[in-house]
Amino acid sequence: MLLKLAWRNIWRNRNRSLITMSAIASAVLLAVATVSLQQGVWEHLIKNLVSLYTGYAQVHAKGYWDEQTLENSFEIDKTVEQQVAGTPGVNAIAHRLESFALASSGDKTRGCLVVGINPAEEENLTRLSAKIQSGSMLESGQDGALVAEGLAEKLNLALGDTLVLLTQGYYGSTAAMKTPIRGLLHFGSPELNNQIAYIPIQLAQYWLDAPDRATSLVVGLEQAEDLPAVARSLKKSLPKTYEALTWKEMMPEINQHIEADSAGMYIMLGVLYMLISFGIFSTLLMMLAERQREFGMLNALGMQPWSIARVVLAETVFLTLCGSLAGLLLSYPLVWYLAENPIQLGGDMAEIYEKFGFEAIFPATVKAKIFVEQTLVVLSVGLVLAVYPVWRVLRLNAVEAMRN
Amino acid sequence: MQTVIDAHNISKVYNPDTIPVHAVNSVHLHLNRGEFTALVGPSGSGKTTLLNIIGGLDAPTEGQVVINGINISELKPNQLINFRLHNIGFVFQAFNLIPVLTASENVEFIMLLQKRPKAERTRRVHELLASVGLSDKLNVRPSQLSGGQQQRVAVARALASRPQFILADEPTANLDSHSAATLLDIMEKMNREEAITFLFSTHDQRVIDRARRVITLVDGRIENDSAATQIRH
Ligand SMILES: Nc1ncnc2c1ncn2[C@@H]1O[C@H](COP(=O)(O)OP(=O)(O)O)[C@@H](O)[C@H]1O
Ligand SMILES: [Mg+2]
Repeated sequence: MLLKLAWRNIWRNRNRSLITMSAIASAVLLAVATVSLQQGVWEHLIKNLVSLYTGYAQVHAKGYWDEQTLENSFEIDKTVEQQVAGTPGVNAIAHRLESFALASSGDKTRGCLVVGINPAEEENLTRLSAKIQSGSMLESGQDGALVAEGLAEKLNLALGDTLVLLTQGYYGSTAAMKTPIRGLLHFGSPELNNQIAYIPIQLAQYWLDAPDRATSLVVGLEQAEDLPAVARSLKKSLPKTYEALTWKEMMPEINQHIEADSAGMYIMLGVLYMLISFGIFSTLLMMLAERQREFGMLNALGMQPWSIARVVLAETVFLTLCGSLAGLLLSYPLVWYLAENPIQLGGDMAEIYEKFGFEAIFPATVKAKIFVEQTLVVLSVGLVLAVYPVWRVLRLNAVEAMRN
Repeated sequence: MQTVIDAHNISKVYNPDTIPVHAVNSVHLHLNRGEFTALVGPSGSGKTTLLNIIGGLDAPTEGQVVINGINISELKPNQLINFRLHNIGFVFQAFNLIPVLTASENVEFIMLLQKRPKAERTRRVHELLASVGLSDKLNVRPSQLSGGQQQRVAVARALASRPQFILADEPTANLDSHSAATLLDIMEKMNREEAITFLFSTHDQRVIDRARRVITLVDGRIENDSAATQIRH
């Protein structure tokens, strides 16, 4: 009966309740759409970014990320490899043996990053073949290199020319190698385009005198949201001689940027929720003022203030719940549509995106978590606001309330 | 005769620190089970204040109210509310009913607060609304009832809780004379047939004429009590 009473009380002033509910619904709609879009855009960017080179996470010998030398490489271990590949959420892995080297041709010399790869694994993880401008993909066990365009240009090298690489091997001796250029790569990122070269990992191991060794095991994920769980599992279960780092740890500046952006959005949402709080609160105050007499009468008859307060509380919950459910019902199709038909970027933005090899779109993400979170936020706003009317009801004086 | 209300030396002073108003002055009031008593007096004579004190809605500045042997001034606030729920039926001048509930729900509500079983509630709602002549208005909301009908629902509700007595503060003040007479008929019948104790305030002579005992209040003092007069005669 108390719930029935609360429910009917909401519809006592139908227009006011409908207006309050639509304010709540539009706030939820706006909040869900904003958060879904923002998270979707960042997820899309991160996915593009990590699939350029770093992957979502990497496993190294302990200390490698701080000091990237061959001394901090590890011997490829089938058990560790299987453990990483078998972690739930992981859908691709790739071993790399990376070394900085001097590349030269004729009288030109450039510093570069030489990456020994397993072509099939790398293809799976970063779709390397898609970046080939001319020439063909490397083949496992063969010689040959894929050189980024910028680097090749600076060295005055073309497809089919010979690349000379010079560095220090695993045991400290000088390592030198000549290998034909099998393909030229294009990267949108100048950093990669001007200094990267790929060779098969066996060739790198031979060149660096580091048989069976690798510097990193790159981890790809099916879904970005699995990252925390995967990272936790790897950090916990890998032998102590290994380190597992996520892209956030490897590229902290990007993560900070995202967090700053989210903070900005949450401030905006905070302002939005403040605005609807005023709306909800004024509705509650009006309900309270109109019903002083009724509350006094109920208390006089023998209803405990706490029971009356429960009715008021139930009314607040109904009001906010109806509003947010309406908001959810409206936002689901919108967010779903924006996920299926992402906003296409145009103009300069699109150009920048495409230069980096990213798809120039703003997709939304459809996540139950976002819907649930926003509903809970509105509901808690309502409950916090209900504290005042509840407090007023609890210190109700029947005689005074009825005299008005 | 069994004593239901024993109000002893009741005084009530409003605003004792600024401009004191002595609303009730050293009132002794004794009511037996089955009485049908009117509390009369001009506006401002202290009727509402006295009824509120007897009903446990307001605390007296001085004196004690004993109902059925229980000194209600010794009860804690929540005990007092519970005491009202189980022992006192109230009919107010206006705004008696919960607007969003139907007539039958309004009557049932008080029994729900008392946690009475569903079967009993349903039976009693029908019984009581029939006895106040509103069998055809069970599912009608207060806004669609006339003032007199609303007061009859309020009387039915006051009875629903099976109280020791019913306090009614000017129950007919907002009614036309016909509705007032009907309401009085119903109250009288309940008093006669079921020995329900009524204490009601009024300043309407036609209502006063129907009472079996009349207590007259002037400036917060009992000026005349027909029961006492009869004894003296
Ligand atoms: N809350 C209050 N504060 C101050 N004075 C009050 C209050 N309630 C009633 N009074 C005064 O007490 C006196 C008695 O009032 P009341 O009991 O309402 O009389 P009645 O019901 O007979 O009209 C009046 O003078 C009234 O002004
Ligand atoms: Mg009065």
